[in-house]
Order: sequence, then C-alpha cells, then structure tokens
Amino acid sequence: MEMVNIKINNIPLQVEKGTKILQAAKKLNIDIPHLCYHPDQKVKAHCRICSVEVVGKRRLLAACSTDVWEGIEIHTDTPIVRDTQVGILQLILANHEQNCLTCARNQNCDLQKLCSRFNILTSHLPDVSDHLPVQNTNPSIVHDPSKCIKCGRCIRACQDIQGISALTYAGRSDTIRVTTAYNKPMEQTDCILCGQCSLVCPTGAIVEKDDTQKVIDVLQNPKKHVIVQVAPSVRVSLGDAFKLPTGSIVTGQMVTALRMLGFDRVFDTNFGADLTIMEEGAELLNRIKNGGKLPMITSCSPGWVNFMEKHYGDYIDHLSSAKSPMEMFGAMAKTYYSKQVGIDPKDIVTVSIMPCTAKKFEAARPEMGRNNTQDIDIVLTTRELTKLIKYVGLNFQNLKAGDFDSPLGSGTGAAVIFGTTGGVMEAALRTVYEKVTGKTLDPVDFADVRGFQGIKEATVDLGVRKVKIAIAHTLINAKKIMEKIKTGTCDYDFIEIMACPGGCIGGGGQPIGTTTEIKKQRMESLYAIDKGMKLRKSHENPDIIALYKDFLGEPLSKKAHDLLHTHYHKVQKEHDFSKFNKK
Amino acid sequence: MSKPIHFITKNFDKYDVSSIGSYMNIGGFDALKKAVTMDGEDIATIIAEAKVKGRGGAAYDMGRKWSQARAVIGEKKVVICNADEGEPCTFKDRELITKDPFNLIESMIIAGYTVKAQDGYIYMREEYAHLRPLLLNAIRQAKSYGFLGTNILGKGFDFNIHLYSGAGAYVCGEGTALIHSIEGKAGRPRMKPPFMKQSGLFALPTCVNNVESLSIVPHLLLDDKKEYQSYGIGESMGTKLISVGGNVITPGVFEIPFGTTVREIIYNYAGGIKEDRAIRLIQFGGASGKVANADILDIPYTYEDLQNSGVIVGSGAILVIDERTSVIDFLRATQAFFSHESCGQCVPCREGNRHIKLFLEKFAAGTATQDDINAMKKIAKIMAMSSLCGLGETAQNALVSAMKVFPESFAIGGAK
Amino acid sequence: MLTAQKQDYALTQELAAKIDLVLASHDYDQTQIVGVLLDVQDLIEQHYIPETIAYYIAEKLDVKISNIYDCITFYSSLSERPRAKYPIQICNSIVCQVNDNQSIFSTFKELLGIDINEVTYDGRFTLESVPCFGACDQAPAVRINGTIYGRLDSHEKIEKLLNKLL
Repeated sequence: MEMVNIKINNIPLQVEKGTKILQAAKKLNIDIPHLCYHPDQKVKAHCRICSVEVVGKRRLLAACSTDVWEGIEIHTDTPIVRDTQVGILQLILANHEQNCLTCARNQNCDLQKLCSRFNILTSHLPDVSDHLPVQNTNPSIVHDPSKCIKCGRCIRACQDIQGISALTYAGRSDTIRVTTAYNKPMEQTDCILCGQCSLVCPTGAIVEKDDTQKVIDVLQNPKKHVIVQVAPSVRVSLGDAFKLPTGSIVTGQMVTALRMLGFDRVFDTNFGADLTIMEEGAELLNRIKNGGKLPMITSCSPGWVNFMEKHYGDYIDHLSSAKSPMEMFGAMAKTYYSKQVGIDPKDIVTVSIMPCTAKKFEAARPEMGRNNTQDIDIVLTTRELTKLIKYVGLNFQNLKAGDFDSPLGSGTGAAVIFGTTGGVMEAALRTVYEKVTGKTLDPVDFADVRGFQGIKEATVDLGVRKVKIAIAHTLINAKKIMEKIKTGTCDYDFIEIMACPGGCIGGGGQPIGTTTEIKKQRMESLYAIDKGMKLRKSHENPDIIALYKDFLGEPLSKKAHDLLHTHYHKVQKEHDFSKFNKK
Repeated sequence: MSKPIHFITKNFDKYDVSSIGSYMNIGGFDALKKAVTMDGEDIATIIAEAKVKGRGGAAYDMGRKWSQARAVIGEKKVVICNADEGEPCTFKDRELITKDPFNLIESMIIAGYTVKAQDGYIYMREEYAHLRPLLLNAIRQAKSYGFLGTNILGKGFDFNIHLYSGAGAYVCGEGTALIHSIEGKAGRPRMKPPFMKQSGLFALPTCVNNVESLSIVPHLLLDDKKEYQSYGIGESMGTKLISVGGNVITPGVFEIPFGTTVREIIYNYAGGIKEDRAIRLIQFGGASGKVANADILDIPYTYEDLQNSGVIVGSGAILVIDERTSVIDFLRATQAFFSHESCGQCVPCREGNRHIKLFLEKFAAGTATQDDINAMKKIAKIMAMSSLCGLGETAQNALVSAMKVFPESFAIGGAK
Repeated sequence: MLTAQKQDYALTQELAAKIDLVLASHDYDQTQIVGVLLDVQDLIEQHYIPETIAYYIAEKLDVKISNIYDCITFYSSLSERPRAKYPIQICNSIVCQVNDNQSIFSTFKELLGIDINEVTYDGRFTLESVPCFGACDQAPAVRINGTIYGRLDSHEKIEKLLNKLL
C-alpha cells in the first residue's frame, strides 16, 4: 500500500494513501471532535465540527472527509480551529432542548460529551429551539425532535442498512427537520421499529421507549412473582456499558445482577430458543414432506416479521408459524411454569431483556397471550438493563458469577448462537439433520452459515433429500430474497432472516457505540460459548425433553400449536390505488 | 461613451430564435463544424488564451477546466450547463437563453466534443420555465439537422442534450446540489471530495459551466482576428455581460469590455440614478457579493481592480442602492435571502444564518450591543471558514464588507 | 380571510389518467421526480401536491414516499398545502425592495382583502412573498403561474392586472 508522509500538530507520521485526516489523527491518539461521523456509515461531513486547519488552505477542512496527501500539514488545536469548533457547538446548543437530567442519553450523549470536553456550560446565543413535542405513540421508539442535531445518522441507517427510508430530511434552512413522510407517527409509515436509528443517534432525539420504571414498580410489588428471561446476545454485550472489553462474556455477572435486582427467577431465553428449534424444525420437515409452503422463513426477528406484514403481506404464509423464543418462553411461563410453581398466571410478571426495540411491539401483540394476560409483560432493551443495574448501584464488573434458575433457565449451545446471523439456521440444521438421517452430527459446526456476509447460501445433504438454505441479515438483503420469491425464481427451502446487521448482536436495543467491529467480537464470543458447552443440540436439552413429555406431548401437537404457534396479519396500505389505470 | 460592443451578444435580435435555419443563415453551427475538425486540446487552448474565467461567479480558468475534464478517464462523461442563475440582480443568462438559444446548444455540443462527453444537461431554474419551449425547440431542431444524436457531422461523436428544471432553490446552483436535483432528490449539496470532475452526476465525470461561459465559446472559435483579445486589460481580457439593477434609470444587461469604469457603467450604460440621488452602496456579484461605497466609481471593472477594492466580479451583477435605503435594511434583505435559501444541512450555515438574522433585527431596532457585534463577527467567520458549500461560505460577504466600509452603521445601539 | 385547509384530496380516474400521462412523458424515470412533481402540480387547480397524489406518484414511480415528501418540502416551487388558482408571487428581494415593492404588497393586500399566504374565499388568489426570479430590470415585479408582470409601480397597473385575471 502506498504510504504518504504527513504532519499533525508538527508531529510527523506515515499513513496509507487514502486515509482521512480523522483516522490519521487517531493514530496519534488525537480525537478530533465529530458528531455526524459514524464508522459504519458513508461520510456526510454535515456538522462541520471536525474542521481542522491545513497549511496552505484558506478555509478549514473537514477531517472526516478529507484525504491526506503527501506533505500535508494539519493543525487540530490552533485558535481558529478551537474557536470554530466551540462556535459550532454553541450554535447547536442554541437549537437543542437542554434537559439533560431527564434525557435518556444523559451521560451517554455525544453532544454532552463534547460540551464537557470544551468546557461549555451554556450557549451564549438566544434559545432558538422550537421545543416540539415528543412523539411517543408506539411501544418501541420515542422521537424527540427538539434534541435532533440533524446529523443524518438515523436517515443513513434507515436507508443504507434497511432500505426502508422511513426517516428523511424535510424542508430547508432553519425549517429542516428529520421526520417521516407527512410527519406521520413512525409505526404508521414504512418503519418496522427495528431501532437501528436509535442505535446510531448521537443524542436523545431517537431513543428506545423506557420501561425501566415499570420493572422497578413490579419488582417492588410483593404480590407479583416476577421472572426474567435474557436473550443470548445480551450476555456478550452488557459488559460494554461497564467498561469491560467489548465482546466480553458476562453471563455469570449478568445473572447475579438480575437476581440482586430482585427477580424471583432468572431464566434464559435460550430455553425458548431450543423450544423454537423443536417446533420449527418439525414444521420445516412437515412442509417438505407434505408439500407445504416453501421456502419457509424464520420468524423470530420481530422487525423482520413487521417488514413482511407491511411490505410483503401476500407472502406471509412463507413465515414459520412458530413464535419467537421470547414468546414461546412467555407462553410456557404462563402455563407450564405457572402450574409447576402453583402461581396464578395473573400474578406472574414476565420481563424480557432483549437487544431489540421491536420486541416491545411483539410483546404487545394481542395474539401473544390468553385470558386477558400477555405472555410477555415487559420488554427491556440491553440499554435499559444497564440503567437498572446502575440504578440499584451494583458494581457489575466485580459481581460473582451466578447460574440461571430451573426449569426455564437451561439452553444448549444451539440456542446461544441464535444471537448471531446464521445461528438460528445452524441450530435448526443440527436438530433436523439428526432427525432426518438418524445419524449423530459430528462435528456439530456448520461453517457455511457463519460470517458477516449479507446473504449466505448452502446446500445441506440430509440423505433422503438435499435442502437448499439461505441466510440474510438486514432488510436490504431480505428484500433481495423476497423479490426472488415474488418472481418465482427462488429455489431455497429454508431461509433465516434477521432484520439487524449481524443479527441480534447488532440489534436496535444494544449498547450505544455498537460498531461492525464490536459485532464481530460478539459473534465470536457466542460461538465460543457454544463450543464450550456440553449440550449443543436443542433436542438434547433435558428440560425441553421433560416439557414435551409432561406437558406438550410432541412438536406440532394441538397444545403445542395453541401455545407455541401464531399467525400474521397483512398490513393494509394506507392508499389503495389498485382500481386506477395500470401502468 | 464608446460604441457598444457586441461580441458575446452579436447574435441578439439578429435571427428568429425559433428557427435553426435562421440561425444558420447568420453563421450558426459554423463554430461546431470547425470544432469537430480540431483536436479538443486546441479548443481548450483557445479558451485558455482568451483568459475566460467561469462566469457563474467562481471565476475558475475555463480553458484549464476543459483541459482537465478531457484528461479524466471514463467511458461515460457528462457536461452540465448551469442555468440556475439565482443571485438577486443577476439576469444575464436569461438574456442569453432568450435571445440566443441556438448558440447555447451549439456551445454545449462543442463542450461535449472537447471533454469527450456523450450527454449534456441543461439545468434551468423553474423561474425561467417560460423559456423551456425555446430550448426544447432548439434541441429538437438541432437533432433533426444532425447536430445532436449519433455520429455528429460524421465524426463518430455522439451527444444528446437533456433539459431539466429546477424548482425554486438557489442552492441548486451549487454543483453537487444541482446533480442531486437531476438525480431526483432534494437539491442539497454534499461534501467534496469526491470532486465533480471525477465523480459527479450519476457518479460520472462531470464538467459544469455557466451559460455565459459556454456562450462565449462558439464566438471565440470563429474569432480568427482575435477581436475578443483586443478588449480588456491584463488578466481581465475580453468582454463581460453585466446586469445592472436597483435605483438606476435603465436597468438591464449590458456587454462591456473589461476595464470600463464603474462610473461609466452606472451613469452611461444604466442611465444614472433616479432623481440624481446620491449612492448609498453598490453590491458587486450578487447577494453573495461584497459592498462598496461611491468611492469605487472610478475603479475599472476588472477582476484585479475590483478585488483590490475589496469586491468581486462574481455573477456580473451590479446592484446600485441610493441613499433612501439604509445599510442595515440592505443587509436584512440580503440576510433574508440566504436564510430562505440555505439547504439546512450543515450547522454553520443553518444556525449561523438564523442567528445573524436575529442580530440584524436588533440593529434595526436599535438594541444591539457590543457583545452582539462580536458574536456576529464570530459567526460570520465560522460560516466562511467551515460551511459545507459555497452558499454558507459567501452568505456573510455583504455583512463583513459592510462592517468595514460602513462602520458607522454598526455603532452600538444600531445607528442607521 | 380563510387560510386554505388541507383536506383529503379525492383522486379521480380522470386525474389519475392525466398523472399517468405526465409520468409517461417523463418516461417513468425516477430521476425526473422534480419535473414530474412540477407538471403534476400544474394539473391541480390550487397548484399544490395533495398527499394522496404524492403517494400515487410514489407507487407509480417506485420511489420512497419519504423522498417525494422531502422534495415537496425542500423545493420552494412545490407546495404541500393548497395555494390558489392564481398564486400571486411578489418579489421580496433587495432589487424590488429598493424599487418600492412595499406598495405592491399593500395594494394587493388591500384589493384582495388577504394577507401573505392567505387565500381568497373563492380559492382564486393567494399572495406569496418570494425571492428574486430574475426580472430585476422590470422591478418591482410579480409572477403569476409563470408569467411575469413587471414595473408594477402604480395602483392602477395592479388593478388592471387583477381585472385581467378575474
């Protein structure tokens, strides 16, 4: 690679040609301030706060978008640079709702951090914010436009990752705003509540709905038996917020923290995941054998299900009827477990810790419950759990490792890899392979389905039949597959789709600061946990075996069908133009 | 006053603008016929030797621009005619399109030939929608005569022209905003790099030129006697279209040789000031131009002389304001323009324009303080130094120059 | 006077057919959204783009509705709110200002009984304050549906203009 010689603040440095000033400065451990820049997104250079001085140029240049050249001399800390950066910050502050103490991103906000860094206590300019009302109309995402700094990161995420473009700029000059078409509530647009926008927002303009107070209230209610389940990806992500190395496996501390928070039982979503494999595996084999709708597509990603219902409503029969692990767990908690412990389901409160904002919407679906109770009462994102742990004052890093409770706290290695793209497929294959061939699967790893590629394909030989599979993550890739199905050119049998990039480890409810690099570390950690487990196939989970023996009978039984399967609804488009002249 | 010069405007009122036959009768398309026998580099050299600078306001050396555009390697390339003329008091391109549409079409074909582009786009502001039929007709007729399409004049050179309309956004005069508009999006600028030369419209190598810059080319190619070079002085060679407006008796578009004094322009070409009032200020170059007082009257209108006097040629606009309007009111009107036209993406321009508007209101009300003046200066500097595009960079030119030239207008309390 | 209210616009077969013609004249080319929206706006008597029609165009052109909404709100020549049969656009830029455009503003307001951005009760006229449209040599100037009326420097001239439109 061609190298160039540059100078930053008179310090000589050699970097690869094509490096931007921002990254070059990082090599010298200098952090040039930035707001609209995000390592996983195309550079925008909107906020201009990364402006630096370059010898020979009469204007300041944006560090995030300017390539270094041979001999360039950059200054990041001259008076003009500082005045400009501070000035820009004050301009932003003058148009920003400043109620940090009540903001979801207090102490975790890029704008706040820069103000603190530049020792700005107030903007000396008049308050020009229009103090627009907060939009809080769906269970998952809250939009506070008066905290928006118009950086465009959310728009990029919605457009470039999901291809949905529910969010856009509108207007011009000081009327410019980030909004939806016709300012409709997000859930009424093409939005599927995946929360990728909330994951990249630098301030508190788009955040997850905060349900922590609900959990605190119910934990302090002596009449309620409060149980919690935790999704697989949370245990390799939670440590981020407590200054542990990214990708750290913190299962033990996480369980202890939950116990110390006051949950009566600490269970594992992995139990639900193993259960999902049992039902979904059986369903796939059933469809293959009896000419059912193929390809069958997984349905555990609620953002993906929302996408199907909204945009490919005519094809929802392709979705597996199996509920997600979270909801299967919930159904078992309020029936099987309720009977076991002899507590009325109305007094059991199920709390789920998820890396996902769309799960809050899923939990509220009327079909996810019975007898006027929901199977899942409250969903908290990884971010909200972080807040709860801090609320109770736990020194997370030093907590002793604890174990999940029985019987809904056990999961196999197949379950834990649900958190990554390719994991659900691999888990399903481990069970389906053995069921169909009668042979033991060894080694248990399906390398073909692993990795960060957008769409992966493979063919699995089950002896009696070859099964063609595909794995996709992000909705841009999901759409490619759906278009194939639409035009009848799709020859897959079974498809795993995750709405979020990387799968749940990159979910919209994950810790702020999640990047592709970090997701790769989380992915590795999940596979490492799987590798270290004794039981790595869902059908080998003794608690699952007991559940079928004592309660459900067998996969796809009537009871299993009633409790563990669901149906979907095509969302009617707001405008139906079908009666008008064809193109 | 010396005899009026008609080099760039030599075809005005000389042919029926709806008839290609009428155009060809006065020598129309002779320049193109000559161009396709030449090496493109030689065409660029002719323009460079005539020292033509970009007439949209950026004043970049046009010959060099075309030479650089030629050198960019790309299977498909694009030339754009920027007809989004939107600076207040600038209406010269309107005249060129109205009175010499075929010349513009011819110049674009020559541009395409020179830089090796296959497609030309004219981006014309919506406010000139009444001129669309003229251009569409010229394009259609040029095509039917074989001057557009495939294998033009048998030289194996293909070229087509597409007419796109703006929709009321001055910022679309900025190159990257313009291409976004043609691409079917809101016309907001983007960062550079990538530069338009390498990656512009539809990510293709793109060469953008102003209407006037293009319009000169056919005349230059046929100017064997180098008449153009006989006008002007120094680096400001040839003639320029200026648009004079404001409190003058005969506002209009005039072709002047560089070197004409400002006094001659205002009092001879534009007929002087109504009721012989005194001049308060003159703004050169459009709303993004700098201001001068009557001291500038005897300065020759050239790039160098104007720059030395603290102003610019810019778009060729010359706005003359008499004593009835205060400096502050002039600045408020200019500010209102930029506040309306800013795209809103970058903080310096969006927020900077917003606050300076508020400060100017305090001046008008007489409640401005020294802190306000300091804050205003700071914000103006931030905008000039770090805005995303030229709009933010130049929006406060008028203000900053006015603070130098009319310090009394900024006395504390806000004197007029 | 009443300000025009945004109502649900009923898309008729006839209008849909006209819109389809506009789309066809632009080759259903997604890049020509701006031109499409301008032409469709001219099909609507009140010179705006109703929400329903924006969705129709989005579906027919296969572009995101958010992009269409962005374009409508970004470009000054496009309007999401109903205007009038004759939107009277009065130049507010400095050149017209120093040529007494204030009189034009007050005369129109007086004659029509409406303020800027208000619409007459019959939906015929609205007043809009717009930036320079390049008619500075005819200052003070007004633009109505693409036609420029310059040198409106007397009450009589403005009255005559309105009478012509009535």
